Amino acid sequence: MKKFIYALLIAALPGLTIAAGGVQLDKAPVDLHDKASLQRGAQLFANYCLSCHSAQYMRFNRMARDLEMSDEQVRENLMFTTDKVGETMNVAMPEDQAETWFGTAPPDLSVLARARGADYLYTYFRSFYVDDSRPFGVNNAVFPDVGMPHALWELEGLKKPVLETVVHGDQETQVITGYQQVTEGSMTEAEYDRAAADLTNFMVYIAEPIRTERERLGWWVLGFLGVFFVFAYLLKKEYWRDIH
Amino acid sequence: MSVMNSVMGWVDDRFPASKMWKEHLSEYYAPKNFNFWYFFGSLALLVLVLQIVTGIFLTMSYKPDAAFAFSSVEYIMRDVNWGWLIRYMHSTGASAFFIVVYLHMFRGLIYGSYKQPRELLWIFGMLIYLALMAEAFFGYLLPWGQMSYWGAQVIVSLFGAIPVVGDELSLWIRGDFVISDVTLNRFFAFHVIAVPFVLVALVVAHVLALHEVGSNNPDGVEIKKNKDENGIPKDGIPFHPYYTVKDIVGVVVFLMFFSIVVFFVPEMGGYFLEHANFEPADPLKTPLHIAPVWYFTPFYAILRAIPDKFLGVVTMGAAVVILFFLPWLDRNPVKSIRYRGWQYKVMLTLFVIAFVVLGYLGMEAPSPVKTFIAQVATAIYFAFFLLMPIYTKMEKNKPVPERVTQ
Repeated sequence: MKKFIYALLIAALPGLTIAAGGVQLDKAPVDLHDKASLQRGAQLFANYCLSCHSAQYMRFNRMARDLEMSDEQVRENLMFTTDKVGETMNVAMPEDQAETWFGTAPPDLSVLARARGADYLYTYFRSFYVDDSRPFGVNNAVFPDVGMPHALWELEGLKKPVLETVVHGDQETQVITGYQQVTEGSMTEAEYDRAAADLTNFMVYIAEPIRTERERLGWWVLGFLGVFFVFAYLLKKEYWRDIH
Repeated sequence: MSVMNSVMGWVDDRFPASKMWKEHLSEYYAPKNFNFWYFFGSLALLVLVLQIVTGIFLTMSYKPDAAFAFSSVEYIMRDVNWGWLIRYMHSTGASAFFIVVYLHMFRGLIYGSYKQPRELLWIFGMLIYLALMAEAFFGYLLPWGQMSYWGAQVIVSLFGAIPVVGDELSLWIRGDFVISDVTLNRFFAFHVIAVPFVLVALVVAHVLALHEVGSNNPDGVEIKKNKDENGIPKDGIPFHPYYTVKDIVGVVVFLMFFSIVVFFVPEMGGYFLEHANFEPADPLKTPLHIAPVWYFTPFYAILRAIPDKFLGVVTMGAAVVILFFLPWLDRNPVKSIRYRGWQYKVMLTLFVIAFVVLGYLGMEAPSPVKTFIAQVATAIYFAFFLLMPIYTKMEKNKPVPERVTQ
C-alpha cells in the first residue's frame, strides 16, 4: 500500500522525473514582433546555415513581406542560390555529395524549431565545445556526437568544457559545468548570445510564418464569439422564460 | 406565405419533409431538465460536420504519396490561402472530437443512459466510438511525420502478436513489409471514404434510435410515463426551438475554447500535434520514445501493463469491447447516479481516476514503477465492469421521483 501511495505521488509530479537526465535548456528570448531581431536572424541564417541546410518550405518573398524588407534587399543580401524571390530556400549542395561529406544529408530546417523547440535551438547554438575525438573537432552538449561543424565558430570562437566528475551510486559520470574560451571569436559572449537568440527567433518564424497573423486574428475571432455569446444567451433566456 | 405553403405541400406529397422536421425537431419532446452534460451530443455532431468540411478542403491540396505527403502539409500551412486555418481546425477537431465524445460517454455513465430501453442506442454509440478511433488512427498517418510513421508501425505490428496468422495479417494490412507508400494510400482511402461513410451512417442510426426511445435526463425518469391529454409528455418540451437555442449557446462557448486552441496553441503543448511529427517520416530512424496521441494513451497503457504481448493486445481489445456489455452488466434498475447507492459512485470515481492515470502513463516512457501503477489502474478499469453485476445489486437506492426535478 505504501509503495502504491509513493508511486501515485511520483506519477503526480511529472516535472521532477523529466528534469533528471539531459542538459538543462536555457530559455530562448523569442519575440516574433521584433522585426530587427528577425532580420539579423535572417542574415545569420543565410550566411551560416543555408550553405549546407535548406529551408525548402520557406519562400524568400514571403520572408521579405513578413520581415518588412523589400524584394531588392532580400535578393541582394540574402539570396545566394537563386535569383527568383518566389523560390524557396533551397541548398546549393547536392544531396549525394552532402552524404559523402557529412555521412548524412544535413536536415531541412523549415520546421525544425517546431520539432525541437526554441529553447533547444538557443542552447544548442551556445553549446559547441572543442573535442578532438570528433571529425570536425567539436562536439555539442545538447546534441552529443553531432555530425556538423561549429558553423558559427568565427563569431563565438572556440571553448573547451570545464568537467566535473559526479558519483552516482557506483557510477562515475562527467558533467559539463561551464566553458573556458580557447580561441577568441569576433563577438563578445553577450553579442554571441544575442546572435544565437536572433537566429533562434528567425527559425521559430520560418517554422510557422503565419504565427503572428493567426494570433492577431484569434483576438478578433474571440471578440466576435464574445458578442455572439451575449445575443445567443439572451435569445435562450427569452425562449426559456415560460419553462418551469 | 401561401406560395411557400404550396411549395411545401408539393414537396410533402412526394417526400416527408415536414413530417421529419416535426418528428425530429419541432415535435420531438425532450425532458426539460437537461443540464451541462447534455451539450456534448450536439457538439459531437458539430465537430463531425467541421471535420468533414475541413477534411474536404484539405484533400484538395494534400498528396497521399510518401514522397510528397509531408511537403504537401507544409504547402497547405504556407502557400494555400487559409490552409493553415483549415489544417489547424482539422487537427484540433480530432482532439476536440474525442474530448466531446468522452464527456458524452461519461454523461451516459452517470445518468444510466445505456439502460433499458436505450441498450441499442448505447451500442450504436459504442460503434461510433470504434469508427472514430479507426478514423483517427488512419488520419494520423497522413501528415507522414516521424510519429505518424512509427505510431502506425507499432499499432499495425500489434496484429503480429496474434498466433499463427499474425505476421501474415499485419503484412496484409500494411501491404508491405514496413509502413510505406502503399500503406499511406490505403490509409488515405479509409480515412476519407470508407470510415466517414460508416461514421455518418452510424450517427444517423444513433439519432434515430434516440428519437425512437426518447432522451434520458439527469433524473433518469421516463418522461413518456406522464403524458397530458394530447399525448405530450408533461415534462417534455419541443427540441426546437427550446434546445436549438440552448445548444447555440453551448456551441458558442465550445467554439471559444476551440478557437483558443486553433489560434493560440494549435500544438497544445505537443498533445494535439506532437513535436516529433514535425520531422518527416524516416524508416531508418526509430524515435527513442513512441507514444500515440493522448486519446489512445489509456488503451496503450493497458497494452504495456501486460507483460505478454499477445495477452496485452487481447486485454487492450477487451478494454474497449467490454463497454458494449454495460447495459447488461449494470443490474440496478435505477438510472441516475442521483438516486443510486454509494457502491456505483465509488466505483465510477475509481474508474475515472484509473482512466485518467492510464492516459497519463500511456504518454510516458515506461519504468518499473509506472508499469506497476498501470497494472493497478488496469485492474481497477476492469473491476469496474466485471464486478458490476455484484456491486450494482448491493446498492441501496434512494426513492426515484415520479417527475423530473429542476
